[in-house]
Amino acid sequence: MNRYTFREYVGLEEVVGPIFIIRNIHNVGYNEVVEITDQENKNRLGITLEVGKGFAVVQVLGGTSGLSLSNCRVRFTEEPLKVGVSTDMLGRIFDGLGNPLDGLPQPVYEEFIDVNGLAINPTSRQYPCNIIETGISSIDVMNTLVRGQKLPIFSGSGLPHDLIATQIARQARVKEENFCVVFAAMGVKYDTAQFFIKSFEESGVLDRVAVFLSLADAPSIARLMTPRFALSCAEFLAFKKDMHVLVIMTDMSNYCEALRELSTVRGEIPARKGYPGYLYSDLASLYERAGMIKDAKGSITQLPILTMPNDDITHPIPDLTGYITEGQIVLERELYARGIYPPVAGLPSLSRLMKDNIGKGMTREDHPALTSQLFSCYAHVKDVRALASIIGEEELSPLDALYLKFGEEFERRFLSQGYFERRSIEQGLDLGWEIISILPKEELARIKEEFLEIYYKPSNK
Amino acid sequence: MANLVGRVYRVNGPVVELEGVTNLKMLDMVQVGPQRLIGEVVRLKGDHGFVQVYEDTTSLRAGDEVYSEGFPLFVELGPGLLGNIYDGIQRPLEVMRKKQGVFIQRGMHNRSLDTEKKWHFVPLVQTGKEVSGGEVIGQVQETARILHKIMVPVNIKGKIIAIKPEGDYVIDEEIAVIVDEKGKEYKIPMVQLWPVRRPRPYLKRLSLEEPLLTGQRVIDTLFPVAKGGCVAVPGGFGTGKTVIQHQVAKWSDADIVIYVGCGERGNEMTDVLLNFPNLIDPRTQRPLSERTIFIANTSNMPVAAREASIYTGITLAEYYRDMGYHVALMADSTSRWAEALRELSGRLEEMPLEEGFPAYLPSRLAEFYERAGKVKTLSNDYGSITIIAAVSPQGGDFSEPVTSHTKRFIRCFWALDRELANSRHYPAISWIDSYSEYLEDVKNWWHRQISPEWEKLRQNIMELLQKEQRLLQVVKLVGTDVLPPSQRLVLEVCSLFKNGFLQQVAFDQIDTYSSARKQFLMLKSIITFYQQADGLIKKGISIEELREQPIFNEIMRMRQKFSEDMLEELNNFPRKVEETLRELDL
Repeated sequence: MNRYTFREYVGLEEVVGPIFIIRNIHNVGYNEVVEITDQENKNRLGITLEVGKGFAVVQVLGGTSGLSLSNCRVRFTEEPLKVGVSTDMLGRIFDGLGNPLDGLPQPVYEEFIDVNGLAINPTSRQYPCNIIETGISSIDVMNTLVRGQKLPIFSGSGLPHDLIATQIARQARVKEENFCVVFAAMGVKYDTAQFFIKSFEESGVLDRVAVFLSLADAPSIARLMTPRFALSCAEFLAFKKDMHVLVIMTDMSNYCEALRELSTVRGEIPARKGYPGYLYSDLASLYERAGMIKDAKGSITQLPILTMPNDDITHPIPDLTGYITEGQIVLERELYARGIYPPVAGLPSLSRLMKDNIGKGMTREDHPALTSQLFSCYAHVKDVRALASIIGEEELSPLDALYLKFGEEFERRFLSQGYFERRSIEQGLDLGWEIISILPKEELARIKEEFLEIYYKPSNK
Repeated sequence: MANLVGRVYRVNGPVVELEGVTNLKMLDMVQVGPQRLIGEVVRLKGDHGFVQVYEDTTSLRAGDEVYSEGFPLFVELGPGLLGNIYDGIQRPLEVMRKKQGVFIQRGMHNRSLDTEKKWHFVPLVQTGKEVSGGEVIGQVQETARILHKIMVPVNIKGKIIAIKPEGDYVIDEEIAVIVDEKGKEYKIPMVQLWPVRRPRPYLKRLSLEEPLLTGQRVIDTLFPVAKGGCVAVPGGFGTGKTVIQHQVAKWSDADIVIYVGCGERGNEMTDVLLNFPNLIDPRTQRPLSERTIFIANTSNMPVAAREASIYTGITLAEYYRDMGYHVALMADSTSRWAEALRELSGRLEEMPLEEGFPAYLPSRLAEFYERAGKVKTLSNDYGSITIIAAVSPQGGDFSEPVTSHTKRFIRCFWALDRELANSRHYPAISWIDSYSEYLEDVKNWWHRQISPEWEKLRQNIMELLQKEQRLLQVVKLVGTDVLPPSQRLVLEVCSLFKNGFLQQVAFDQIDTYSSARKQFLMLKSIITFYQQADGLIKKGISIEELREQPIFNEIMRMRQKFSEDMLEELNNFPRKVEETLRELDL
């Protein structure tokens, strides 16, 4: 950091976990950057978490290992943390705090912006429109992704969330000149990060990707800043450079763990499962940075990935995320175990913004009704299966047997598709009709007669 | 005006501790630091004071000066509120956008109302008249449908010694002068101030009689809310709380709607803001934005202002209630408000109770819900406030503190059901867990206005739904085939009722709104079908035969077929159902 010189203080009062307390200081602002020089003359960055008369509590982004109470020199920079951004960041790999990891020099920054971002005035937002065709039917037809939306993937350990994210990143770029990806990895393993980079490389988008890596062995505290650095970069690209940015953040669970760690060290009152009471507000300060604004052509679409601890969707992390994001794509272990990829759970998945962006003039006129009907029929399949497991499939009524068949076809043919298979919305809808036509017409109460006449085609038994 | 009242001692997020405090009262509004950030005093201790700041406190430092004018946090009340959009402490977001651009910057001090716009004022009293607080002295046509009454500020009583003639004035201009019995003169402009945390006074509370018609069938027919009542709408994420709030805001027959987006998504507010000016109210044929005030404090805006937004909203509601209007307040979501309380309480190092919520959570909730009600106003008019509050229980668990405490203060409960939402049955209001204690209050209205049969028919369908619930337990184990035909008929009719009545597509032009009359006729058709079919079944006609009747399909699709101007045709529909089935008998 090449800034002016500041008053320098020597010695800390207390170091605990990722934070330290320093006394006998003055004129220090809340939420401002601190530079710390340890005894080996290495610099680290910190941020003031709390300031008071004559003292400050500082979180050290690089971790506190190796800091001593007496030999450490501290400078207060009197400004909030700013991050340098530039279009040259595309095609580059950085650590969690924006330092290059690819051996190249720092890019020439075009602008420095506040890493925490500012809240978008609700009156200057533009309502997300234009769907992103991902080529995956379970998303395009059932849970349509819209430009400017934040749609997380709720996954579990061992499920193929990384594959789905890369498939979306690869297939969504078609026809889009100014499309780019910002990828933030928080606390993931080296292999996972490599998988992403490799798949970006193979699909030839790597020069359109800015990568921020804070791997599992980096100090946990750096994870708190990584998504903020990434989103600041995305904001610059979208709102200043008119690009359509897809931000992939993995794994949000690790981010929340780091937040809990910091909160516990500070002795804050925990809310649920030890997570701080402000977890909702904190997550919102990340997720709400998605969207479109009136004065810019670009957009930020967020695809956060989180692994639900113990596959529990009521855990605070997926729960609070679901309350902020505009829907969720839930992956289901049972489907995956049966060899269905992508294992997008039929019922709990949802896209809130699809309602205004599908149908006549946007996708196809029958899309909303067909989707609703598929959901409703698939919900009934679950009941029938439960019943069949008790009384046996042979005992089912003829109608229920049809439902069973529908369920099987829906999962095997509609949900399931290859990692490199790209299915257009049109194809997806046609396939949906083909499968739903297994059921008698009377069961399709949610579809208007006029659509049934055109699209309903019962198979010749 | 503003005096130095102390200096910053400590900054911990939105909570700032002051030292050297003089002349500060609880709940006084203060301005903190060089940017004059707005805050409110929440605790005093010796010469220290604690302030919750409504803006981001980045860069505040110990020793920064704190000023106060000695007023509590207030809102501006006057013509120009309708159609506006404010943040949690009534700052005009539209104006802020013009001044600061896309992002919300700090230290904005703007008047809430447009001070340059001229309003056409019509006096309604003459000089010499004795008036007291709350009395109407003039009026302004605020929007094409809402007449804004100019009232004497509540604490003033005396004789009018001057009043402006009919003409165009700005809100700050003095339009009347009142002299009280001590000879003190008060200049009355069209705008007045009111502290948000204090309920506005009224003459007396009245019992509730009239339903707030929402046009949503499951609500109006099964779980109605009275004008002046309180409803909680709890539901996990994705169960459709916000869509229900939007639907009620759009179609309810309230005169004024206040929509408080409290800690929710930015895009949802945008959706409302873009949509409402284009939506036409079916009753008045005017854009919905002409009766709506928006308060938007999205989840990433400062948390202390989120706490205040609920109070700002209810104070605006009370102001219009005092003019004699029926106001509906949507609060989406009160859980976010409770979480803001929890966050601030934690920063104040207060003793936490369950899940970290402060001990005063129930009393704050009670205070808020008690501000709803139907009243006789100070000007002898009648007005009401209906609160429709979304609750977002953590993990969808209705036993968590906010939901369980809320239940104590409301009388109507629209429980949203995850399974219904999963099968895309919207609105996902569960007919098993929901309840309304307003049924007794509103049934006379239905009997008078629609039909004396209403209560009986409603009772019929509720009984069928209960019966279905029990039958489904059996069906889960053995399937439907083994049930006797009369029980299978119950299942069929309930499924018909669910698909053809309870489900309502918010995005379908015809289905989105159903008048009370349409709801009644639809209900009657379904009950008629059941009664006739029950007779036929006993005579040996099979369920399959019944289902194949075209009339079955017609009932299923009547919600989308009969628009509001086809009610005449729908009027004959119950008879048609009856006759068709009777023919089957022959």
